[in-house]
Amino acid sequence: MDLTLTPEMARFRDEVRAFLQAHRSEYDAGQPKDVLAWQRLLIDNGYAARTIPKAYGGYGAEPDILKSRIITEEFIRADAPRGIANQGVSMLVPTLLEVGSEEQKKQWIGPTLRGEVIWCQGYSEPGAGSDLASLQTKAIEAGDDFLISGQKIWTSTAHQADMIFCLVRTEPDAPKHEGISYILFPMTTPGIEVRPLTTMTGHAEFNEVFFTDVRVPKANVVGGRGRGWFVANTTLKHERGMLGDPNATEARLNALIELMKTETVGGERIIDNPLFRDRLMQLQARVFAMKFNGMRLLTAAQTGEGAGLAGLVVKLQGCELNHQIAALAIDALGELGILYHDGPHLRARGNWQRNYMFDLGLIIGGGTAQIQKNIISERGLGMPREPSPAKA
Amino acid sequence: MRFALSEDQKMLQASVGKAIADLAPLDRVRRYAEGKETIAADIWAGLSDLGLPGLMIPEAHGGLGLGLLEAAVAAEALGGAVAPTPFLGSAVLAPLALTLGGTPEQQARWLPKLASGEATAGVCIAEAVAGARDGAGVVAKDGRLEGFCLFGLDAQDADLLVVADRDGKLWLAERPAETAVMSSIDETRRLSEVIFAGTPAEPLASNEALTRLRDAAWVVLAAEMLGAGQTMLEKAVAYAKERKQFGRVIGSFQAVKHLCAEMAAELEPARALVWYAAYAFDHAPEEASLMAAHAKAHLSEIGRFVARTSTEVHGGIGMTDLLGLHYWFKRLGQNRQLLGGPEKVREYAARVQGLAA
Repeated sequence: MDLTLTPEMARFRDEVRAFLQAHRSEYDAGQPKDVLAWQRLLIDNGYAARTIPKAYGGYGAEPDILKSRIITEEFIRADAPRGIANQGVSMLVPTLLEVGSEEQKKQWIGPTLRGEVIWCQGYSEPGAGSDLASLQTKAIEAGDDFLISGQKIWTSTAHQADMIFCLVRTEPDAPKHEGISYILFPMTTPGIEVRPLTTMTGHAEFNEVFFTDVRVPKANVVGGRGRGWFVANTTLKHERGMLGDPNATEARLNALIELMKTETVGGERIIDNPLFRDRLMQLQARVFAMKFNGMRLLTAAQTGEGAGLAGLVVKLQGCELNHQIAALAIDALGELGILYHDGPHLRARGNWQRNYMFDLGLIIGGGTAQIQKNIISERGLGMPREPSPAKA
Repeated sequence: MRFALSEDQKMLQASVGKAIADLAPLDRVRRYAEGKETIAADIWAGLSDLGLPGLMIPEAHGGLGLGLLEAAVAAEALGGAVAPTPFLGSAVLAPLALTLGGTPEQQARWLPKLASGEATAGVCIAEAVAGARDGAGVVAKDGRLEGFCLFGLDAQDADLLVVADRDGKLWLAERPAETAVMSSIDETRRLSEVIFAGTPAEPLASNEALTRLRDAAWVVLAAEMLGAGQTMLEKAVAYAKERKQFGRVIGSFQAVKHLCAEMAAELEPARALVWYAAYAFDHAPEEASLMAAHAKAHLSEIGRFVARTSTEVHGGIGMTDLLGLHYWFKRLGQNRQLLGGPEKVREYAARVQGLAA
């Protein structure tokens, strides 16, 4: 085990620090003052879209996991905004790079990276959540086009999106995993209706999207007709990686420690209450365990060794941990923890309250905790699949 | 940067695992636990061939001169087999005490004998680390020790004792000190009450030695729990793939699969925490105490969870003496309490980072 940085990496870290120092005035408390300008600056300097080829609008650096990690750590340390990390950047772009046609890559990757095109993801349906492959939205052939009809749900940012990457059933007679295509189309196409779906946070983080004979060229299919299930799994892999970032969790824990040191009840700091302090320490051990597990994964990726169980548990444990950190913050705040929306007694703009509710959605999304446990037990521990009901 | 065991460390892990499987299969462990043999000297002698007793002893004194990370790797394998060995006291804590605070003469007298396995050492630090119970505690007067320690580690039949007095100062004592076995749930590692009556002792000269001993002990106890937990998980998975109910193996039921997945999901990140705590002890002294405390407390918590869950997956047979799963259950139970239970240790974790007075 050698956790020291080589001189080259130490130099790189200093470069990142110097960049952030020089541009400190362009952001406040983790928020860029001009989102698009900040994104361009990050791409030009290799802090966003780092390993995406120049030809597609990226920075074009060789993949280097350690450098990526250093960038992440330094940005978190400086509380600097990471640039645009929407579903287009984190899910569509890697998918197009892997399976998109040259024309699709040229057309969509650059504008997506620069924040000029906002995407939403059309996967889940009311009847197809964890059993996503049973989705019913159908695409009927009409010459060079498809006519798409059906309904999607849990579609975040659909109300702001310019485009959608969507799973539709193009081959009704094929087995359920082989009849799906992954297709791109504008949200302005006639026949699309978006209805906001307000969640318990009080915000409309998701939408329902209805399609009625939406005409989309067949050429917009990514990765081949009937291959949509496999294409989508490429993106889900990226989404699950994104949902358990231990650096973000550590930053959140540190914010909780600060909260407990500054907040007082009857003149006593929360941190001086042994019960709350004990809960904090229990979570801190978990955060460290996930952080060092992340370092293991980093090493495994560098050496090309499989990460095995250490990788499979990240989504389950990471999402749960974030929720528990928010839950402790709410308890530590006591009655203040039930305030919400606005008001003079609200702390941290209600972020803890919002996270506490929203994080439950992250535990469910991208594969519920139970689906994750199936994956861990089947792929990680070699346990048998549940027999399908048809055979039972 | 490389956060992984080295090839040498993996080899050590494999060779200790292989050796202990041969030397201490369950029926051998059982003979010792049932009191049919007072000491398991044959097992320790077998491990001496691998150099295990001298793992942390400097090469100049006949040891391998390795660090706590290697000790943790070995401890994981030993915990995985619930092996009755004096590894913690004799191969980790006493050598550390001697290298940190022993005179050249004391080191020359003891370290080679400990390294070869010819002598063993016990350690009595429970009162100084976790607080005194029932009037326990040792007072030193004119180079002699008076009083008694509880929960002595590997002290039974030891040739040398490392003892912390009521002020946290460390002493080396030879026989005669009277030891009485403290009957506990985990008879695979017997604890001792050690009684001193004017026992001659030599002081160890180091102000920080007790802190280092405690940190090392917490990491090794955590590593043992990791190994014991890993074995309990593996046994549960193997059993669930074999045992049939309702016409299919129980491992195909989601309820059972999810229990196993939860054990794995807790153990895998904990492995990284144990490695880092050991690494910090060797290379990042400013983080060593915090990480040791977190490793001890966290592995205690998930160890209890795994012990209970694995037993549950086994169903009734998991409760029986016949299967012997309980030896791992009990080792996890013992390590949880030794040298401070989780609440006590977490309070310490808060204190070292200025979050508690």
